[in-house]
Amino acid sequence: MNAIEVTGLTKRYGDVLAVDGLDFTVPRGSTVGLLGGNGAGKTTTIAMLLGLLIPTAGRMIVLGHDMARDRFAALARMNFSSPYIALPHRLSVEENFRVYGHLYNVRNIDARIAELAAELDLGDLLKRPAGDLSAGQKTRVALAKSLLNRPDLLLLDEPTASLDPDTGDQVRGWLERYRAESNATILLASHNMAEVERLCDMVLVMKRGRIVDRGSPAALLARYGRDDLEDVFLDIARDRQAMPA
Amino acid sequence: MIASARRIWGMMYRHLALYRRSWPRLLELAYWPTLQMCIWGFTSTYIASRMAVGGQVAIGVLLGGVLLWEVALRSQMGVAISFLEEIWSRNLGHVFVSPLRPWELVAALIGMSALRMLAGVLPAALLAWALYAFNIFALGPMLVLFSLNLMVMGWWVSLGVVSLILRHGAGAEALAWSVLFGLTPFAAVFYPVDVLPSGFREVALALPAAHVFEGMRQALASGVMPWGQMAWASGLNMVWLLAAASLFAQQFRVARTRGALLSIGE
Repeated sequence: MNAIEVTGLTKRYGDVLAVDGLDFTVPRGSTVGLLGGNGAGKTTTIAMLLGLLIPTAGRMIVLGHDMARDRFAALARMNFSSPYIALPHRLSVEENFRVYGHLYNVRNIDARIAELAAELDLGDLLKRPAGDLSAGQKTRVALAKSLLNRPDLLLLDEPTASLDPDTGDQVRGWLERYRAESNATILLASHNMAEVERLCDMVLVMKRGRIVDRGSPAALLARYGRDDLEDVFLDIARDRQAMPA
Repeated sequence: MIASARRIWGMMYRHLALYRRSWPRLLELAYWPTLQMCIWGFTSTYIASRMAVGGQVAIGVLLGGVLLWEVALRSQMGVAISFLEEIWSRNLGHVFVSPLRPWELVAALIGMSALRMLAGVLPAALLAWALYAFNIFALGPMLVLFSLNLMVMGWWVSLGVVSLILRHGAGAEALAWSVLFGLTPFAAVFYPVDVLPSGFREVALALPAAHVFEGMRQALASGVMPWGQMAWASGLNMVWLLAAASLFAQQFRVARTRGALLSIGE
């Protein structure tokens, strides 16, 4: 059973082909990483999966729903976190959670907020305005917001950007635990290769709007004869070929 | 249905929480209508004092016009500024990846607009009563009909403004404050449509506001409900509202095609 099935996904802005005929599936319960340099098409792909962007062509089935016709049924069971999209900064963290709790129809919001505050160590932040938080705290709060509705599918854009190594490690631990407890599917775009190696079962490597390679982190390392994914990333970015099988 | 009501309430709660934390925003709601009432109140009192007869009617026509036009202005700004708050806080990306339907967002904006309008216009109405002995509530049920029509007009104008913001980005945000002011000459707030030159008159008669204010003047003079004018105002509102809703739906789709929901504040 797949959480995401994408066929021929294409996005064109005038003469620019941002995403060029993607085909991929993400099995339920797996964590899949989207890798690629700036402008590779990762954010565009995620935006299309979230219904923020209408594709020029192609089909997306998310959690069994066709995103072109029935996106709201899927969106209720998904969530998203990105350090680049803010929460209303004058509202307190708790008020923000309450707003999104209503939007996602979360039952017993108070209990869920308390639960997340305990799990993600946000107790001291709940009464503070979201705009007053440090970059790292904002990232943790955005992650908590994305877990409010206990999503079956979590889309993350650089989930540990701006976090110090200790907090980044904790966040990765929370994501691993959430996935293990809920059998949720996670699709994450990241530039942190160690993170991708730790969290992902499969990696899709994008370049100029196309998937140019895919496989488990171990398979990619073997294919390129490298010890870490960063070198694999550089090989692909600089058009160095994988080693012949 | 319950989930839909919760999502609408969630968006309204977001704005109510904002007002709770921002007294300048609260002050701004009542500031302009109160200021308008002071200026026009003293002006009309002065004009009435120079008139041998009909002074009270003149005060009623001017202050009634000021108050009811504020209903339209505050309703329009209520929708447009609440939408702009989402852009200013760069929150649209989170809002539109939630299961919130576009119509639910519009319903929440309209709900906030109604609350903002009441918070802005009620103090001005009380001031008119206290300082100038003009009681707009004496219009009774007619006031409800006049106000409803002007609120709906404010909403469809603001749906047009929101559509332009979706199309042209935050660069179009100045329209949130200015667009209905630009229609004031055609709304016949303080004078009958007949005084307008040909060409202007046709534009005025295409707007629900002109029929509301013609009706208000009839009602203040005769005390009789101007049903004909109300029918025109309501019919025109339906037509304009449908047109604005179609424009909004179209521009929302264009924004999703162009990727503007993520970059609209930039």
